[in-house]
Amino acid sequence: MASPLQQKLKVHGPVAVTANRLTDGAVVWRTRHEDWSVDLADAAVVTTADEAIALLAGAQKRDVDAVGAYVAPVELGADGEVRPGNLRERIRVAGPTFELPH
Amino acid sequence: MYVYDEFDREFLAERVAEFRDQVARRLEGTLTEDEFKPLRLMNGVYLQLHAYMLRVAIPYGTLNSDQLRRLAHVARTYDRGYGHFTTRQNIQFNWIRLEDLPDAMAALAEVGVHGIQTSGNCIRNVTTDQWAGATPEEFDDPRIWAEILRQYSTLHPEFTYLPRKFKIAITAAPKDRAATKVHDVGLRLHRNEAGELGFEVLVGGGLGRTPFVGKLVRPFLPVQHLLSYIEAIMRVYNQYGRRDNIYKARIKILVHEIGAEEFSRAVEAEWESIRDGALHLTPEMIAEIRARFLYPAFEAAQDQPAELVEALGDERFATWYANAVHRHKVSGYAIVTVSLKPIGAPPGDATADQMEVVAALADDYGFREIRVGHEQNLCLPNVAQKDLPALWRRLDAAGLATPNVNHISDIIACPGLDYCALANARAIPVAQEIAKRFSDLDRSRGIGRLHVNISGCINACGHHHVGHIGILGVEKNGQEFYQITLGGRADEKAQLGTLLGPAVSYEQVPGLIEDVVDTYMELRAGPHELFIDTVARLGVEPFKERVYAAH
Repeated sequence: MASPLQQKLKVHGPVAVTANRLTDGAVVWRTRHEDWSVDLADAAVVTTADEAIALLAGAQKRDVDAVGAYVAPVELGADGEVRPGNLRERIRVAGPTFELPH
Repeated sequence: MYVYDEFDREFLAERVAEFRDQVARRLEGTLTEDEFKPLRLMNGVYLQLHAYMLRVAIPYGTLNSDQLRRLAHVARTYDRGYGHFTTRQNIQFNWIRLEDLPDAMAALAEVGVHGIQTSGNCIRNVTTDQWAGATPEEFDDPRIWAEILRQYSTLHPEFTYLPRKFKIAITAAPKDRAATKVHDVGLRLHRNEAGELGFEVLVGGGLGRTPFVGKLVRPFLPVQHLLSYIEAIMRVYNQYGRRDNIYKARIKILVHEIGAEEFSRAVEAEWESIRDGALHLTPEMIAEIRARFLYPAFEAAQDQPAELVEALGDERFATWYANAVHRHKVSGYAIVTVSLKPIGAPPGDATADQMEVVAALADDYGFREIRVGHEQNLCLPNVAQKDLPALWRRLDAAGLATPNVNHISDIIACPGLDYCALANARAIPVAQEIAKRFSDLDRSRGIGRLHVNISGCINACGHHHVGHIGILGVEKNGQEFYQITLGGRADEKAQLGTLLGPAVSYEQVPGLIEDVVDTYMELRAGPHELFIDTVARLGVEPFKERVYAAH
């Protein structure tokens, strides 16, 4: 069940539900098939608070697949492509913004 | 080096077995995340933006070469081939899988390394001077006292669920390299007029959302009373510290609200009831701990041996020597700082290969000992001066001889928004860009000592409040902005920086820092007046006028 805080969720534009995969912490997105995908393109995108709360509640029913689920902003391209909606989510999707040591 | 005994080894093995069972139960679903989270945090396991992060303690910043090699092994086997040294003498692995964590921890436990006391509301890894045991300045080896505190505090049942985390730092030298004045408890070891060894005790320092410099609560505490006095402080904190508001739960808030005098009175009253009890440290107890620190068998040698004098004819070596080599308490030896700040690299990061190079150098030239400093550099504390040229050549080949220690490109930076779930803004790319602006080492040498500290959020893991130039990342309407402070310092004259002016965008930061430095170069009384002293003399206004006029 969504927390009271999440139930007061305000949604302005398209959002998706994201979390970290339990086994390795990888970023995952809640799909329309009520499972998780590492590909943002598979994310269920909703545009109202009621839809987002329902999506989040479904995501939080079972916590052995993914943890820390929350509602994150996304952008929809003209071609329907789903993109992260802010810098934090861009970094979660693409990784750190500098070359990693090697 | 401290040598672990059978008790330490058994305890760590049992702890790993316990965590392995907890991970298995979490993965099969018999432990919920709410149940598992406090358990993983007690072992230093966080969940960050992209992955789990394992934070490993390096008690009092001391490692032997086998331990550093094992950190390299964990980086290579279970992570992405590198680790990040932090401002609290820890190392963090940023990409570790939950299912691999028990094996990684088992590998670390075999060499006496673990993540206990790196998270949670307990007494955290006790930190100290990375030059401990080697610098001629010190009154005693502060690690003896850090180890006594470690043994006392590890899994202490009364202090496992404190109102908030609790950080203790110790210096035994007048020059404070451990930032003791911005810790919950700062201890300065010194001798009184009678020649007795004791601690000056400061309480209530800290950075974060509400920064304070620690307040003096006792000018001299005889060393045998260390544990009873700390226990009295912890009891007063445990009793009166706030638990209703996480932002007001640190001891600094309590000390600020009731005043240092009242806090001190409460501690002294509590202490009177326990000072001569079980926590009184007898000379035998202290001697037993002291005996577990093994010191190198230094050979008789003179300063400035022929090998060193000859090598100083090489300008590159001489530049590195002047920057990274420091006086040792034993003639013929030196303390060497290994910069983990190559220009353009993430500050404090070291690859597995680099860790192995440093481990090999410690074997060949440094009595197998390595230190980690809170400035996110490494240190070889015991190097024969005659070996410095060979050491430098091998450091240079591994990209570890950048002569920028204490210069503007020797930047302290937290992981920031590139890794951290709490961050609002990036820190590492800001540091990289500033370092590139000052990549001309002649220019940075001309600027002199200048500490730039960057944090990606108000929690201040990058110690921005005490940077000579402090940079704090904030978020405004979905964009990164940065507040700049000048005049902070973390040493024995610790003070918090003063806000320069309105926050600037990510893109504007490097140029603004360059303007601040150019202003300093114009306004300083001469080449010997350090940046921090110019700011102290003139305040921030002259900098503000110049810098904001340009932006």
